[in-house]
Amino acid sequence: MAELNTDDGGGGKKKHGKRRAKKSSTRIDMTPMVDLGFLLLTFFILTTTFNKPQAMEISMPVKDENLKIEDANKVPAEHTFNMLLTKNNTVYWYFGMADPNLGALPALNKTSYSKDGLRKVLITENNKRHNLYAQIETWKKEVEEGKLTKDEYKTKVKEYREKFKISTLVVLIKPDKDAKYKNIVDALDEMAICNVGTYALLESTPVEDQMIANANTYVK
Amino acid sequence: MPKIKMPKNSPSIDMTPMVDLAFLLVTFFMLISQFRAEEAAVIDMPSSVSDLKIPDKDIMMVLVDKEDKVYFNITGQETRTKVLEKMGEKYSIVFNDEQKKEFSNMASFGVPMKSLSAYLNANSTERKKMQEKSEGIPTDTTGVCELCDWVYNGRILAPRFRVAIKGDQVTSYPKIRRVMDILQDKKINRFNLITNMEVGPGE
Repeated sequence: MAELNTDDGGGGKKKHGKRRAKKSSTRIDMTPMVDLGFLLLTFFILTTTFNKPQAMEISMPVKDENLKIEDANKVPAEHTFNMLLTKNNTVYWYFGMADPNLGALPALNKTSYSKDGLRKVLITENNKRHNLYAQIETWKKEVEEGKLTKDEYKTKVKEYREKFKISTLVVLIKPDKDAKYKNIVDALDEMAICNVGTYALLESTPVEDQMIANANTYVK
Repeated sequence: MPKIKMPKNSPSIDMTPMVDLAFLLVTFFMLISQFRAEEAAVIDMPSSVSDLKIPDKDIMMVLVDKEDKVYFNITGQETRTKVLEKMGEKYSIVFNDEQKKEFSNMASFGVPMKSLSAYLNANSTERKKMQEKSEGIPTDTTGVCELCDWVYNGRILAPRFRVAIKGDQVTSYPKIRRVMDILQDKKINRFNLITNMEVGPGE
């Protein structure tokens, strides 16, 4: 390793007259520096190939001006999960429809994008309906372990969803004008994570905007 | 015969040339990875658990940055030249061969048609300045919607290309909504959102 050559000039205990100044010459061995250099080099060569951005698949429903929102999705109110995305990464949710003509407006529940927030709610709700989340997770594991092929998995999921079509969770994602792109991406991500099969990206209605404004006045 | 004593000297190799070589290689690899065209927009994408990979070619991208400015990119030199020619026809602007060549080697850009000629003639520092001053490709609902034309021409010239949206984390939703509406208007109903890789839960 590094060598420190101290010129002692006869290492005896006795001091011979004048004390000579110790001349020390240091020679540093470059080997570790070269090792480090090559390590960094290899690291950067390999990491620059890892940064390819991934893509998330999204397909929107066909836009048809004549299609009214009411008969677009005839889903029973108790399975319709409305997610309102608003500013400051806040998410409000409620079940059913918010129509003042149909009676009292549902109360808004507040949650966040964290694991204990939105994800927990969605998984619980999904499991309440025929244990859908847990079932799909077990199938996913089976695919990983090799017991199930990807095609079999797809057909199984499709059949399961078809069987319980009208009583599975349907999520309506409604961002308002203060929502950010990151919120949308996170919401769509949660759909994939929580195994929600049916979801739609819609505009928030004026009634909902008012509900959000009312809810925000209590949050300060 | 007396035993020949091996002289005890430890050989020392001078490492300096090796260090030179290492740094030369590092510099070489640092520079070689910057040979592709510079992206006009700096976009900080959100992350998602999706693991589909975005291909490097055969793709048409609409980018939106932090300030809601819209950029456009399409791969393929020939395709780019043809799209530019078509846009020139629509907006009655003639592009000379140099400009067309310049355009086909660029990546994304975000200037309206009226400044595109000047943009193609400018060098890279001037372009950066122009890019900062411009408000991106117009997406107005009333009046002229240039993005609609870019997307439309890209679509008819390259119908097999994937369409993707690359947005920043803080891009406002109404802008993204507008871009999605434009795509849907041109009958593009399947598109990808480009995100950063994120490790899924429990992985």
